[in-house]
Amino acid sequence: MTNLKTLAALLIVTLVTACAGPSESTVDEGAAGAVPSSGAASSGVSEGGIGQGGAIGGGALGGPGASQENRIIYFEFDRFDIKPEYNAILQAHARYLSAHPASRLRLEGHADERGSREYNIGLGEKRAQSVRSVLLLQGAASDQIVTVSFGEERPAAIGSDDEAWALNRRVEIVYGQ
Amino acid sequence: MRQLLTVLAALLVLNATPLRAELQIQITEGVDKALPIAVVPFGWQGAGAAAPLDAASVVAADLARSGRFEPLDRKDMLQRPTTGADVDFGDWRTQGSEFLVIGRVLQPGPDQYEIQFQVFDVVRGEQLLGYRQPATAADFRRSCHRVADLIYEKLTGIRGIFSTRIAYVTAVRSQGQGQVKSNYRLVVADADGQNVRVMVDSPQPIMSPAWSPDGRQIAYVSFEANRSEIYVQDLRSGVRKRISARPGVNGAPAWSPDGKSLALSLSRQDGNLDIYTLDLGTQVLTRLTSGSAIDTEPAWSLDGQQIYFTSDAAGGPQVYRIAADGGNVQRVTFEGSYNARPRVAPDGKQLAVVHNDRGNYRIALIDLARSTTEVLSDGRLDESPSFAPNGEMLIFATREGARGVLATVSINGRIKSRIPELDGDVREPAWSPFVAN
Repeated sequence: MTNLKTLAALLIVTLVTACAGPSESTVDEGAAGAVPSSGAASSGVSEGGIGQGGAIGGGALGGPGASQENRIIYFEFDRFDIKPEYNAILQAHARYLSAHPASRLRLEGHADERGSREYNIGLGEKRAQSVRSVLLLQGAASDQIVTVSFGEERPAAIGSDDEAWALNRRVEIVYGQ
Repeated sequence: MRQLLTVLAALLVLNATPLRAELQIQITEGVDKALPIAVVPFGWQGAGAAAPLDAASVVAADLARSGRFEPLDRKDMLQRPTTGADVDFGDWRTQGSEFLVIGRVLQPGPDQYEIQFQVFDVVRGEQLLGYRQPATAADFRRSCHRVADLIYEKLTGIRGIFSTRIAYVTAVRSQGQGQVKSNYRLVVADADGQNVRVMVDSPQPIMSPAWSPDGRQIAYVSFEANRSEIYVQDLRSGVRKRISARPGVNGAPAWSPDGKSLALSLSRQDGNLDIYTLDLGTQVLTRLTSGSAIDTEPAWSLDGQQIYFTSDAAGGPQVYRIAADGGNVQRVTFEGSYNARPRVAPDGKQLAVVHNDRGNYRIALIDLARSTTEVLSDGRLDESPSFAPNGEMLIFATREGARGVLATVSINGRIKSRIPELDGDVREPAWSPFVAN
């Protein structure tokens, strides 16, 4: 969990830096970084019963109201298995989907820049599929989830070091497809 | 048809828009002994002050860039003959030039030119080649590259590649109104980096450009719909067609040698990448691989009978080969933990791959008969090797600081050059085939 917090903190720093002024350290995340407008902010839905939502960064653990850090799953190099520390987050998202059959989400898989680009598209897709499998096992319906892989094409952090790479090997959970 | 019109209306396609940001090529390492050659400024026999371009300087630059020739500096030329009768071989011998190129540009009509040139062996004092190359104002530079091709072939015995093209992708980030904006472009340039044309300009990623065997079309992956789709675009007209937008990943298009099919990587419903072929005429899709591995980056053998591809079936990515009509999978690479994105050499005997060399991603050549691996590049994050159509060199993407740039290396590893662009990340170079037009 410490690892997750470190990564999340790094990501937030990166994003804040980007907002603060001229920056070489981030890129346009497009739809991926934005909280969808149809999300919990307007519907007022929050995740009941999990109890930990407020503990991590102040957002809900699952559902469209989940904070940024609870909507990103990070991976090891050339791996697509999900680390146990993400179980609670994924469970919360699965519960939300199960309780809201009309809601939809998009899993965006990413890879770090090392190696070949199309293989990295494969890795990003595998990662998104891993997250999808967990959500389905925990009660989400298959038509609620689509996956897309951007490989290394849309990095969250710019840089060719371990920190940037760790932030880029990820699946982003985006509500509203 | 409607789909085609919609696509055309999308305004994404910029048909051959000229760009000022041209590539400049710098030779970083050369051969031990480049041949001394003198390319004398060509004479001009037409209306106006001069020919559309300084033909001799284009030719000399081409020859220098190959690393095999060392053109004599113009200011060191003791004479500037434009006809054979004016040549004094003694002067050129004294200056150490082994070969001499002279020429004239004629103008038979308003937009009609003719580049006449002769190549001499200075030591023997005899003509090796004499040729007339027709040209127009619009294709004058290309015609100069053809002259260089002919000289190169005469003196080395190898077909020249100066009149070929390269396609590549650029990513430019810019800031405006408090937002960071990305722009991705599919670009086609002459092999010397000049004559840059933007084929596609999109706010979303573009990947994997692949030339059709006739050099008239480029297949590529575009994320303009916020997911991967494969397009084929005609170079001359700019008209393009969406070829594959199936659920999941649509990636890694590769033309069959006869130009009738594309091999591609699709994930479809099950989310697992497999190799398919798509007959462009009949639209019949054939699945070649299955199973849980990532199978991608197909590349056809020269005879179209085999398809090489990357698979992580054994854990990390390695190169395999499968019959183009399916079946008979064989592993091809064994050396090292990472061998991906195979490209077949024009002689069919070698593969270029991205190879993990002690933690660095580098371009390596795999000898198919001997199963040996030879690392050619020395970067940390090199990728996307593509053979020149004469098989003499590879172009690939490397880094200069944090920026992506293109570089070339001769297949013996001895001649290296870098192609820095003015702005943006440059990546995924693809060398065109030999083209007639």
